[in-house]
Amino acid sequence: MATSTLGGLRLACADVAEATASDNVDEVAARWVAWPRSTEEVSAVLRAAAGLGLRVVARGTGTRLTWGLPPTGLDLIVDLSRMDAILAHTAGDLVVTVQAGVRMVDLQDALAVHRQRLALDGSDTLGGTVGGTIATAASGPLRYRYGSVRDLLIGITVVLADGTIARAGGTVVKNVAGYDLCKIYAGSLGTLGVVTEAVWRLHPLPESRRWITATTEDAAQAAAAIAAVRASQHDPTALEADRPAPDRAVTVGIAVEGVTGGIDARADAVGNLLGAAAGLSATVAEHPPDWWGQPLPAPHATVTCEPTGLADLLTNAPGRLRGSAGAGALTCGLRDDDQLGTELAQLREVAWRHRGNAVLRCAAPHRKAGLDAWGPVPALTLMRRLKDQFDPDHRLAPGRFVGGI
Amino acid sequence: MGATTYQGAKLALLAAELSALLGPNAVITDRQRLRTYECDGLAQHRVVPGLVALPESAEQIATVVRACAAQSVPFVARGSGTGLSGGALPHTEGVLIVTSRMRRILEVDPANERAIVEPGVINLDVTKAAEPYGWYFAPDPSSQQVCSVGGNVAENSGGAHCLKYGFTTHHVLGVEVVTPDGELVWLGGTTRDVPGYDLLGTFIGSEGTLGIATKIVVRLTRAPESVRCLLAAFPGVDEAGAAVSAIIADGVTPAAIEMMDALAIEAAEAAVACGYPEGAGAVLIVELDGPAAEVEHTFAAVRRHCTAAGAFEIRVARDADERARFWKGRKSAFAAVGRISPDYIVQDGVIPRTVLPDVLRRITELSAGTGVRVANVFHAGDGNLHPLVLFDEAKPGEAQAAEEVSGAILDLCISYGGSITGEHGVGVDKACHMPRMFSTDDLDTMQRLRRAFDPAGICNPGKVFPTPRLCGEVPGKRKGVHPLQAAGLAEQF
Repeated sequence: MATSTLGGLRLACADVAEATASDNVDEVAARWVAWPRSTEEVSAVLRAAAGLGLRVVARGTGTRLTWGLPPTGLDLIVDLSRMDAILAHTAGDLVVTVQAGVRMVDLQDALAVHRQRLALDGSDTLGGTVGGTIATAASGPLRYRYGSVRDLLIGITVVLADGTIARAGGTVVKNVAGYDLCKIYAGSLGTLGVVTEAVWRLHPLPESRRWITATTEDAAQAAAAIAAVRASQHDPTALEADRPAPDRAVTVGIAVEGVTGGIDARADAVGNLLGAAAGLSATVAEHPPDWWGQPLPAPHATVTCEPTGLADLLTNAPGRLRGSAGAGALTCGLRDDDQLGTELAQLREVAWRHRGNAVLRCAAPHRKAGLDAWGPVPALTLMRRLKDQFDPDHRLAPGRFVGGI
Repeated sequence: MGATTYQGAKLALLAAELSALLGPNAVITDRQRLRTYECDGLAQHRVVPGLVALPESAEQIATVVRACAAQSVPFVARGSGTGLSGGALPHTEGVLIVTSRMRRILEVDPANERAIVEPGVINLDVTKAAEPYGWYFAPDPSSQQVCSVGGNVAENSGGAHCLKYGFTTHHVLGVEVVTPDGELVWLGGTTRDVPGYDLLGTFIGSEGTLGIATKIVVRLTRAPESVRCLLAAFPGVDEAGAAVSAIIADGVTPAAIEMMDALAIEAAEAAVACGYPEGAGAVLIVELDGPAAEVEHTFAAVRRHCTAAGAFEIRVARDADERARFWKGRKSAFAAVGRISPDYIVQDGVIPRTVLPDVLRRITELSAGTGVRVANVFHAGDGNLHPLVLFDEAKPGEAQAAEEVSGAILDLCISYGGSITGEHGVGVDKACHMPRMFSTDDLDTMQRLRRAFDPAGICNPGKVFPTPRLCGEVPGKRKGVHPLQAAGLAEQF
């Protein structure tokens, strides 16, 4: 049986092997791994997998396969690391087309030569691939200004569970032709298809950057500082907060970017505002603080709140809190013991007071077991119907997403 | 409405049911009054709706949709009816659900950078409500004085400033929608990263085919400290295009870069006497905004690039009035073309910015080869072309020739890797062009999404996707002027 399955997969893709323990996804063992080299080959593999009834998880560098829940079953890993080409980059168009296996750090390096960047940062993102970044919708400090994956992804090629190759969007930024399928793939954890190519909107790399930081024991003061910057016209690109523990001081970090000629005046203006509006003493630096964009270790949750809820969150959230205070989207490090569920509930209670939510993003499988990782999910019925349309047999990353999808 | 057919009888029953549920003033069945709604901004497509419902609340919209679903009657939502692709074209055997009685701004909350509005609220009214606090709603389609936020959501509207600020999808946090089976659900919310699939993102820009937005949480944007605007005149479009490339290559992201060619300038002068520099073969309007310390430097760079590329005159707006005068010619360009041609087609295509000179040359050749005049107006920063194809309906063969040129321009956009629509939408107008941009598998995959929302296929059917009935007809042309435009209520980009 196993041999004939392997044979079937090898007809679809030259590079297929039996999986080893190192291929486990969140402690769930796989049976085979395929390394396709093109969208067509991914399509052939998924057609074969459909014929054989195999459950499939797509993998890039595998750095974020513990996000979401463990798959309820797994047969085949489709590894995209050999699809690592930058297919097209016309600098003057500020658009790049890449294969999903391109590592984010390599993409940024290639773009930097042209003084451009994909405005997705954070070392979570940089450590992984383009496909993994889309599947997890990971973001960093720049999201305050530029948004997240959903806001920058302008075209996509995906292979559906039955092997269908579908494209949506295009290679121009301004385009309203057809449904924007890019959106449903952002953060879908591989449950709607395998992303093979992506087209991104790019931004110019700024000439200069400054980071303005200030630290305070008083969470309300930190929140007031952030509110003052949001309400100002200083136009920062990032507005972060870092609180190492519930009883520790909060550091507020603001990035301003632009032409060298104006940068120092702008940084000083932000620093002065922190003093005038919140009584904070600010420091201006040419480098980010060491925590900037650094991911928290597992287990951690993402937490959102309305801007006016920030003081409450900074005061009452458990664990380590870090992220885009300006966008109202942070991560919260939680205890890696049997108190995890209690802390998650505590975090949720604060988030819910401000119309936000807390999602347990990653934790060891035995810790996640029995916990409600997602909290309330509106429109879940529509999401299930969408899944049924795109993957009727529920073979793609089954169980990793909301509501058992 | 004739009740002689089965469909007619079904609609008569539905009208009675809706009158009972919503009140008689909320349902229109009179043929003359129904005709008021027979078209949107794409006036050459006209269909008298089976009946019109004028709900006043989300619950009433849900009631209407549930009644339609129960009878398998198609429905179409309409806001202000300013759309340019026929997205709100009614269905002759269906219900047109008009949101014009839902114009309440439910909440303006600058501290949380948002407003919550009903779908019929006028785009500009959101900005007016937020302005006293120093905030505004960024999407600014040229119809913003009359178009509705619900329509903006349906079309993913942009505007002149979307080069820097993005589209409606970047400025909406959540929508309450009535699904095609009549359920009220929230997509997104009032915070970011609501768990689950980003259904909000696919709903925005779905042209009314996935449901009806009943409440919209819009993000507000802080008004910039400084806005600087210049008008640069060039000998021709090649020089102006070179200036655009140089500005972008320098890492500057202007709030807007707009271009007009000689024929478009001629039309604008004739219509509104905008006083652009004499002898210009092309003009650029470049606007920068942001912190004063930043804008001061980038504005100087923009001036340098314009001069280096061959601008023979650069005017810098000294105040808001002068800035408005610069924009007046640009904003009036579509309607102005009526001064130099009895009829015209407004095209909306997108190309990668770097092929702009090539494509303009091809359009010039196309025009010379066919004798059909084309005025070019475009959002140069993002490669969104709005060629205006001129003709005289009264002269035999001209309309046909204009349609061919207009279609050939779209083909050019596709062949250069662009799009058949940057902002006007597909609607009925370009549904038949979709297969030129997308494969059968691409379109089938989009249909999977549609079926997840609308398995019965009753929500704005016949739009966006090609149908045999629709694609037997020729693509559209603009005949005359939209009533809203004639009344001075709307301008078109």
